[in-house]
Amino acid sequence: MPTVSVGRDRLFQALGRTYTEEEFEDLCFKFGIELDDVTTEKAIIRKEKHLEEEEPSEDEEVIYKIEVPANRYDLLCLEGLAQALRIFNGLDPIPTYNVGRISKGSMLKMHVNSETSKIRPYVVCAVLRGVTFDEARYNSFIDLQDRLHQNICRRRTLVAIGTHDLDTIEGPLTYEALPPPEISFIPLKQTKNFRADELMEFYKSDLKLKKFLHIIENSPVFPVIYDRNRTVLSLPPIINGAHSAITLKTKNVFIECTATDLTKANIVLNTMVTMFSVYCERKFEVEPVEVIYPDGKSYICPDLSLYQMVVPLSYITSAVGVSLPANEVASLLNKMQLHAEHSVSAKNETSFTISVPPTRSDIIHPCDVAEDVAIAYGYNEIPKIKHPSLRPQSLNQFSDLIRTEIAMIGYTEVLTWILCSYKENFTMLNRKDDKLAAINGNPRSADFEVVRTSLMPGILKTVGHNKDHPKPIKIFEVGDVVLLDESKDVGASNHCHLAALYCGATSGFELIHGLVDRIMEVTGTPFVSAGDGSGYYIQSSDEPEFLPGRQASIIYKGKQIGTFGIVHPQVLDNFDIPDPCSFVEVNIESFL
Amino acid sequence: MAEEAVLGYLEKNEEISDSGKFAEEKGINHDEIVNIIKSLNGFRLVDAQDIKKERWVLTSEGDLYAKYGSPEVQLFSAVPPEGITREELQRVFTSRLPDDLEEKLKSSIYKIGSTQHSKKAIKNKWIEMGKSQVSRKVQHVDDKVRYLLIQIQNGEVVSSEDIDALKRRKLISSQIWKGYSVKKGPKYAPKRKKVATDLTRENLQRGDWKELEFKEYNFLAKGQPTEGGCLHPLLKVRRQIQMIFLQMGFEEMPTNNFVESSFWNFDALFQPQQHPARDSHDTFFLKEPSTTRRLPEDYVERVKRVHESGGYGSRGYGYEWKREEANKNLLRTHTTAVSSRMLYALAQGPFAPKRYYSIDRVFRNEAVDRTHLAEFHQIEGLICDRGLTLGHLIGVLHDFFSRLGMSKLKFKPAYNPYTEPSMEIFSYHEGLQKWVEIGNSGMFRPEMLLPMGLPEDVQVIAWGLSLERPTMILYGIDNIRDLFGHKVDLSLIKRNPICRLGL
Repeated sequence: MPTVSVGRDRLFQALGRTYTEEEFEDLCFKFGIELDDVTTEKAIIRKEKHLEEEEPSEDEEVIYKIEVPANRYDLLCLEGLAQALRIFNGLDPIPTYNVGRISKGSMLKMHVNSETSKIRPYVVCAVLRGVTFDEARYNSFIDLQDRLHQNICRRRTLVAIGTHDLDTIEGPLTYEALPPPEISFIPLKQTKNFRADELMEFYKSDLKLKKFLHIIENSPVFPVIYDRNRTVLSLPPIINGAHSAITLKTKNVFIECTATDLTKANIVLNTMVTMFSVYCERKFEVEPVEVIYPDGKSYICPDLSLYQMVVPLSYITSAVGVSLPANEVASLLNKMQLHAEHSVSAKNETSFTISVPPTRSDIIHPCDVAEDVAIAYGYNEIPKIKHPSLRPQSLNQFSDLIRTEIAMIGYTEVLTWILCSYKENFTMLNRKDDKLAAINGNPRSADFEVVRTSLMPGILKTVGHNKDHPKPIKIFEVGDVVLLDESKDVGASNHCHLAALYCGATSGFELIHGLVDRIMEVTGTPFVSAGDGSGYYIQSSDEPEFLPGRQASIIYKGKQIGTFGIVHPQVLDNFDIPDPCSFVEVNIESFL
Repeated sequence: MAEEAVLGYLEKNEEISDSGKFAEEKGINHDEIVNIIKSLNGFRLVDAQDIKKERWVLTSEGDLYAKYGSPEVQLFSAVPPEGITREELQRVFTSRLPDDLEEKLKSSIYKIGSTQHSKKAIKNKWIEMGKSQVSRKVQHVDDKVRYLLIQIQNGEVVSSEDIDALKRRKLISSQIWKGYSVKKGPKYAPKRKKVATDLTRENLQRGDWKELEFKEYNFLAKGQPTEGGCLHPLLKVRRQIQMIFLQMGFEEMPTNNFVESSFWNFDALFQPQQHPARDSHDTFFLKEPSTTRRLPEDYVERVKRVHESGGYGSRGYGYEWKREEANKNLLRTHTTAVSSRMLYALAQGPFAPKRYYSIDRVFRNEAVDRTHLAEFHQIEGLICDRGLTLGHLIGVLHDFFSRLGMSKLKFKPAYNPYTEPSMEIFSYHEGLQKWVEIGNSGMFRPEMLLPMGLPEDVQVIAWGLSLERPTMILYGIDNIRDLFGHKVDLSLIKRNPICRLGL
């Protein structure tokens, strides 16, 4: 997206008020441009020369670098930006641009030579009369040409702009294409006369101009514009003549745009004249030029007529998603420089006749109009309409993620029953009945007496039934346990646990300890010192199912969420396990 | 030495016909020769063919007799020509045995000798065993047994009758002797070049990999087993079915509440309190926590009324509805208990269409057998929207089950207290060549939906099936206990392929 640098103070002056940076950013955001950088002239120079950054001094002029949409050529200069924002803020009406009414006879004429079709076939021109330049306006005028050249003109390949002091030349003018040796003139910023072919050679060492030479370099003829005295106005798209150069004192400006793309040439010319006609004696008035082609056809330019477009109200409101009355839509369009006249059809359908000014070449379809209504209404004011969408059960998704991680570490998943015997849940684990288990009133078999309060019995039973499996055995399970819970309507609640076990020739305690660390790693929990509530730490514990002195609690953010240790030999014996085991169990709901 | 012997011999000779004889001739241990032959065969320097021979070897008992003579002959020898008392005989007998034998062994040999003798004596008439006196009947006997044992020990040929006799006395046993016949192999060389089994870092550093000759791989054997963990097959299938539901735009219900009240599990579903499913034979009722504490009272009142006297166009069941029954806690018998909570919650706000699914544990107080457990996983899907018809239900079932690979469906009218119409879903099983029941479905009754407060024009279509059944079919498991629970073989979990349902 193109960036435009403008002096902050001049811009605020043009906008009729000052803004804080935040306020101005907000205005830009709403309008669809962006304050990209705040800098100073000196800082830019320092940056270009790769010098150390310095604190800007108070008196340096602050420059705003503003990013504008690539299709808004009217925003490429301070004049256009200020005008668009003033209208957006409701300060100014939409300007009406006029082509001055002068007789065809007194109109400046440009005759096009047929040879130009070989290299650059089109030219459009206009005259700005009674312009008052000052240094800032003058610089802006030059800058706009540069930016247009860079953007829509595709580095002068499609269109090249030449501006001249009309009072130094005399019509009629001719646009010709001649063999380079036949062209000879003093180019801008030079004092010596050059032949065109020599000039091309000369500019090969010019940093700014050398990149444009390729456009005509290999052509047998070069485009050139002469006045009636054979004074060279310009050698497009390379350089103007020194003779007709504009200065701060220039009052009447002649603008010519030579092109390979006529549509873009008209856009460029319209942009130039609409932006700077604000400084004319007769504000917003442009004097026409007649361009006469070799086939005799002639055109009066510039064409500043309004483009008319009919857009139904329903089209706009359905695109924006807000139902708005016709008059409100019209005033929103006015803020975007679009004049809108509404009418109601026999079928009671409201439509707008939109008048698109020459500054808004970006409006090519009703959807562009609808967008402007939305911008003027405010994107962030539009009520949201949600599509139906799905929400996950976070706990289930989380447990799936954890399961995958544990399997990747090398543990195999088991899936055991939720029901178990009373003995398995308590006495066989050396545990006392903590009165937290849900108890079945009518089990058909002792295997289903209680709802497990931990995953340990199921895991140990699995090991007991897999004695022949090669060691080490590394298994895990993620599943729910049930605990009595006064706060629940039914008096009990599920809790999602993760348990893992290592069984081998040695207890594998350090492997289970490592597994705990890994679980914390994948949940993004830092290892902290005891008492620190921002991560996890391990402290020794005293649980009956583990061997004394060979077990620990896991403290996660200040809360105990699980234990691990070497399974008590008595417990191993109860479950008929001949090999040492280490076991960990954690409540994973804490990680959510 | 053994390698040189084998390769050297084959350089001049066609074949080593018997590795055993060859080892003997060369005076090299046969095991050593066998190892070399195996290795040479692996590198295809030689071509080895197995030879198996049945060979007789002496048992430890036979070994003893070969050394000291058979017990019967020893017994004979212990009898002096003048005769001897029975008591004296045992003493003499054992004293003649070498001193280094244990006393226990000595007396057992005596026992064998005397019993063998009584058999042999009758046949051979060597000695006469009186009541107290033992005397010789012949003056000399040959120890044929010992002689035969020594012959066998020396590898000499013995008649098959003698073999049988010795075998019966467990003095010899057969042993399969394995050896090889060896010829030159396709890569035969008189001297083996050192071959590499692997490419090493040193090979790369020295650059000698260019000269390396590699041992050929044996692709008849499998590679090394991989290390790493595995997910449980049932949960792999669950994952794929979840994906199918998500692709069909269904949202998961929270099902982490195993303990449920009879109210949400039965009453809210318009399941009458006398229904057989509410019998303690089918349902786990809880002793602790035995009753539920809170229910939405106005809704309970509407449910009571619809059970007792109907409403919403229904006649109801016409019985006295008891709050105590509804309060009884149980382990949910189906995830539809969760659906009833979700639909009730949905009815409390402005209506929005929903598609819900869940896959989680349910409990039935059943005896465990090959196809039943007291707990299993239920898959449930439901759509709640306006204007739904049986056609929508059949359509969504076809969509769902065809993604599970079951595209041939038919539907059987069935009874279910909370759905009307109700349909059992059957699928044609190509493998079994028959129609099998795969699930249940229906449209929830107005007596269930309207008391919740759902708008009158809203219907709910739903279906359910177990997760275990499709998984068992998919993985070819015919006993549910091999799939789910602590008796599952861990190796089986590790061997399971990925689940491709829904791909």
